[in-house]
Amino acid sequence: MKTQGAVLPRQRGIDISLLKKNAVPLLFAALCILGVMVSGMDPSFLLYEIITRFSRNSFLVLALLIPVSAGLGLNFAITIGAMAGQIAIVTITHYQIKGLNGLLWAMALSVPLAVAMGYLAGMVMNRAKGREMITSMILGFFANGLYQLLFLFLVGTVIPMKNRAMMLPEGVGLRNTVDLYGVARALDKLWRINIGGIWIPMGTLLVVALLCVVLQYFMRTRLGQEMRAVGQDRHIAEVAGIDVDRIRIIAMIFSTVLAAWGQLIFLQNISTLNTYNSHEQVGTFAVAALLVGGATATRASIWQALVGLLLFHTLFVVSPQAGQALFGIPQIGEYFRVFVAYGVIAVALALHSWQSRSK
Amino acid sequence: MSERFQDIRERLGIPRLIIIGFVLLLFVTAYATGMSIGPLVSASLVRIGMNGILVLAMVPTITAGVGLNFGLSVGILCGLVGSLISMELRIRGFSGFFAAILFSMPLAVVAGWAYAKLLNKVKGQEMMVGTYVGFSMVALMCIFWLAAPFSSPEMVWAYGGQGLRYTLTLDNYFGKVLNNFLLVSIGQWEFPLGLFGFFGLLCLLVHLFFRTKLGMAVKAAGANPRFAEASGIDPDRTRTMGVIMSTVLGAIGIIVYAQSYGFLQLYMAPQMMGFPAIAAILIGGANLRDARIPHVLLGTALFQTLLTIALPVTSRVIEGDISEVARLIISNGMILYALTRRDGREVA
Repeated sequence: MKTQGAVLPRQRGIDISLLKKNAVPLLFAALCILGVMVSGMDPSFLLYEIITRFSRNSFLVLALLIPVSAGLGLNFAITIGAMAGQIAIVTITHYQIKGLNGLLWAMALSVPLAVAMGYLAGMVMNRAKGREMITSMILGFFANGLYQLLFLFLVGTVIPMKNRAMMLPEGVGLRNTVDLYGVARALDKLWRINIGGIWIPMGTLLVVALLCVVLQYFMRTRLGQEMRAVGQDRHIAEVAGIDVDRIRIIAMIFSTVLAAWGQLIFLQNISTLNTYNSHEQVGTFAVAALLVGGATATRASIWQALVGLLLFHTLFVVSPQAGQALFGIPQIGEYFRVFVAYGVIAVALALHSWQSRSK
Repeated sequence: MSERFQDIRERLGIPRLIIIGFVLLLFVTAYATGMSIGPLVSASLVRIGMNGILVLAMVPTITAGVGLNFGLSVGILCGLVGSLISMELRIRGFSGFFAAILFSMPLAVVAGWAYAKLLNKVKGQEMMVGTYVGFSMVALMCIFWLAAPFSSPEMVWAYGGQGLRYTLTLDNYFGKVLNNFLLVSIGQWEFPLGLFGFFGLLCLLVHLFFRTKLGMAVKAAGANPRFAEASGIDPDRTRTMGVIMSTVLGAIGIIVYAQSYGFLQLYMAPQMMGFPAIAAILIGGANLRDARIPHVLLGTALFQTLLTIALPVTSRVIEGDISEVARLIISNGMILYALTRRDGREVA
């Protein structure tokens, strides 16, 4: 519903050529090529870095797609899913369940947590229709407070847990970093192939490919169709007999579970858990990557997610070196990539809101 | 009696009552464990005066119909640049403080104008766009701090590194000038009257502004843009006024904050500074469409008192610093509460 109808509809004959349609990814591709040239990095190292980052981050970005299609916008609250994943991985590390077995246990364990959290998040979203994105972001911050309360104060006091390796010396609270050697690269190591001296984690990439296929299929199912209907127009969907609130909650649950698994895939690759920071930037970076691929708050495809990931992480890898080469200060590149992450979100949201108003 | 309680409950709302109860509980605990109340109150007063103007900066945007100013860091960055220029020119004491405000003012007006132009194009999504405009400006200014042509040895890295330091001490410039001005102490109790006077003056100015003809127009257009348009007010113009005012107040707010804190915090530090201000005004009783000076006063007093005394008091009962976690939960919980209240309006 357009409650902003007072604004005069502007007639602008936007003819969308292919170039204009893909302006954002093309711009970033140019920026990436420029960065690669300027930084003068070793191509095989660069390739290795990009493949690693691509494989460990893609699940998290794909977790954003379902809420977008259900009209919830970009779900910044996937951080909550990441927290569920981290709670699961802390648990299996505590019980010393190792290897692929441990990772599978963590994935299973994170599901009920993520479902419960996703359900609650969905209920919150239903109370904040029209401002879901800002609400999801604040919800992520709020959940982060609860998460810190859990791991700083409740573990060791209310929740009985004794583990010298994982906990602070006083016996209350988790250490800042937890070594995940038990499940380190459990998935990556499953099947790796070596092409020209670069190890490619085929196992992880295969899981990502599988998720893409499942997502593609899911959107064609009845539930997927209903989600799209809700995403297109809530009120028409309501009239057509779809329980809009329920569909939106389901979308949030799916997104949260996928984010939990995504974070587990991320962590097994990194192999250490920064207890209080690992999840914080998950939402921002995933959203930025998706937007770099040319997605908007109402339209996002699997291809946009994958292309965006490649471009965003290429830029991420080359920025410090490029900053060093151009200005002699590597930090300039580091801050530049932070600026790009935030800036692309700001610009994409502004453009989207602008366009949807002038329609 | 129960009717009266219900009336209070309805006027204050459950979250506010919980927070008031929490503050009282902390004071009771402090008293019971034998802490002296004087220093606790005095420290809280300083924190209230220190943060108040940043909270006040929320009033113009909400009144103008733009909503909570999540991009307050735009104003904060202007204040920081103004302070740096004042320091670079080695202006000390009160003149340094006022010079900082003076230098930051034109920057804040220009930045606020540009920011308002953008927000006028994204009506309905101002909060989201504002947040990320603020975040990206903070990141962009990080590059500025690294490359800016400041030369004062107290400001740039002492050796090897390039650019400004992460935190600059204001001791030799305008640190604490307002805090120590008219500081009245009675026994253990200290009342920073200068700090409060300045805060009060700005509150009064904002209050008076909304009584002028222009201020009334801003208010009317914020409450009902269509109606205002019909009576000859341009809502985009009044919204721009509100955003510029907020940005200017953000700049002054951070200068007052910095002089009280004694340090200027650069780089990523300003990123989240808007959020406690937002939480404070909501705690004070404001919502997404209505904010007044009493909300600023009550909210800042409650929130800052809570944060100031939580650490010393709770550390007597439990181990560890719970105040940071409490701040995260309370401030974001409060914002979440405001965002999820059904206010009868859905944004398209």
